[in-house]
Amino acid sequence: MRSVWIIAKKELKTYLYSPIAYILTAFFLLVAGFFYYSILSWANEQTMRLLQSGYPIDRVNINQMLFEPFFNNMTVILMFLLPLLTMRLFADEKKMRTEELLLTSPLRPTALILGKYLAALIIYAIILLLTATFAVFAFVHGNPEVAPLLTAYLGLFLLGAVFIAIGLFASSLTENQVIAAAVSFSVILLIWVVSWVGESGPGAWRAILTYLSFFTHFKNMVTGVIDTQDIVYFLSFIFLGLYLTRSVFEFRRWR
Amino acid sequence: MIQVEHLSKKFANVLAVNDISFQVEKGRIWGFLGPNGAGKTTTMRILTGYLPPNDGRALINGIDVNEDLRSIQKMVGYLPEIVPVYGELTVKEYLRFVAELNGLERKKIGYAVDRVVEKTSLQGVYGRLVRNISRGFRQRLGLAQAIIHEPAVLILDEPTIGLDPAQIIEIREMIRSFRESATVILSSHILAEITQVCDGAVIIKEGRLLATLTRDEWGKSLEIVAAAPVDAAIAAGLAPAFPAVSEARAEGPLLRLEFKEPPEDLNPILMHLVQKGVSIREVKAGLEALYMKAILAEEGRA
Repeated sequence: MRSVWIIAKKELKTYLYSPIAYILTAFFLLVAGFFYYSILSWANEQTMRLLQSGYPIDRVNINQMLFEPFFNNMTVILMFLLPLLTMRLFADEKKMRTEELLLTSPLRPTALILGKYLAALIIYAIILLLTATFAVFAFVHGNPEVAPLLTAYLGLFLLGAVFIAIGLFASSLTENQVIAAAVSFSVILLIWVVSWVGESGPGAWRAILTYLSFFTHFKNMVTGVIDTQDIVYFLSFIFLGLYLTRSVFEFRRWR
Repeated sequence: MIQVEHLSKKFANVLAVNDISFQVEKGRIWGFLGPNGAGKTTTMRILTGYLPPNDGRALINGIDVNEDLRSIQKMVGYLPEIVPVYGELTVKEYLRFVAELNGLERKKIGYAVDRVVEKTSLQGVYGRLVRNISRGFRQRLGLAQAIIHEPAVLILDEPTIGLDPAQIIEIREMIRSFRESATVILSSHILAEITQVCDGAVIIKEGRLLATLTRDEWGKSLEIVAAAPVDAAIAAGLAPAFPAVSEARAEGPLLRLEFKEPPEDLNPILMHLVQKGVSIREVKAGLEALYMKAILAEEGRA
């Protein structure tokens, strides 16, 4: 455990001493803020219209009208930005030849992988926490339900954790950060949209592809539903990403 | 103690290391000598456990690199050819990180860092970002990280490459001082470096071992370069005049000397030559002659 933290600490320092983390956070908040604003305007307009047509005000659901579309939009930003956060994790070590230092030390590769994963996860959690400030406004002016919000945040966190695991794996494959980012972005996008293909296929095929897609499982959590099946899905994806990264190290050693 | 037995390593279809065997006794400094691409780095990487060999064995203090990797990693300090530093950390942070990486106990880290900073004279750049320190300091930092866990074996890949003459001398002094606590292997393609620092040398070319030489062996031969062709009679007169000399031959301006024992003091011989009217340009240590002989013999065989 201590060795995981040694690596995580060093990675966090690297993130915080370089502009990457700040720039990514700033852009994330900028784009998320824009989405939040535009969805809020749209939700306001819709609410006005509903009220004018005699719809009872206590039936207007701010969670449904504001937060669900907002969180769905946020996943798009994550898809673009998280590969940028993870691309340097291993690629840079290879390029700068510092990998030799790590791999000739008594540190186990598993600790190395987990340490880097943990560091990226912490940065991501901080960014996510910062977006919670948007929700504060909703609480000041309205009355949203807390539980579905928390569930949605858990969903976002798990989804991002999967993206980071994929990004970590992509970064272990190459010494080129651009390639690492491109690979992780493409993989994430493909797994996101894989259910589209399933829609027109036969039943079993459709069920499998729908199950595989991030979208299916994230959709549940955004609407406030916690299903163990979804949690297991996300956790197994994280495990798979980390396991594949571990295999890359094994494979390279014996090639 | 380092034992290498019939070591081979293949990359795709190229044999980077081909059946190499040698031994380095405890507390000695040995050099890997050979042209670029000879397999020096690959052999060193096998010794650090970074690469597994395809064939043969490498043992460090009796432990097989292939069998107990963790023990090897704890015992070996390694300076790769490109110093593995993180530019965005300070010297202090970097050394603390490497100490932690090597599993040093928390309360011993401060002491270990202070010790290597003093040993490699890094006090002046202790708080600076690694990115901003000069090439010479960076190389010293590389040495510092290699010795931070007091390894029994030190493997240094081209430790003086890219340094200016004053820095080279400093680094050599440091390496010599490591002998007190560790067995050292260093690679170089500078002959003078090996003669000055090492107790023995392994000559490698294209992955094969050409010769294993010790200080005793190269200490016994010497080449003196004169400004003009040396008279054969002067050469012939050397062996009778100096009992330590077993053979002396003149080849144009080159005077080759062989000794029975490595000579302690060359001055009497040099003075003798000067008195005979030989104008001495350069005295070459024996390793150069032996190295060329090994390389030429190899080319003759090929």
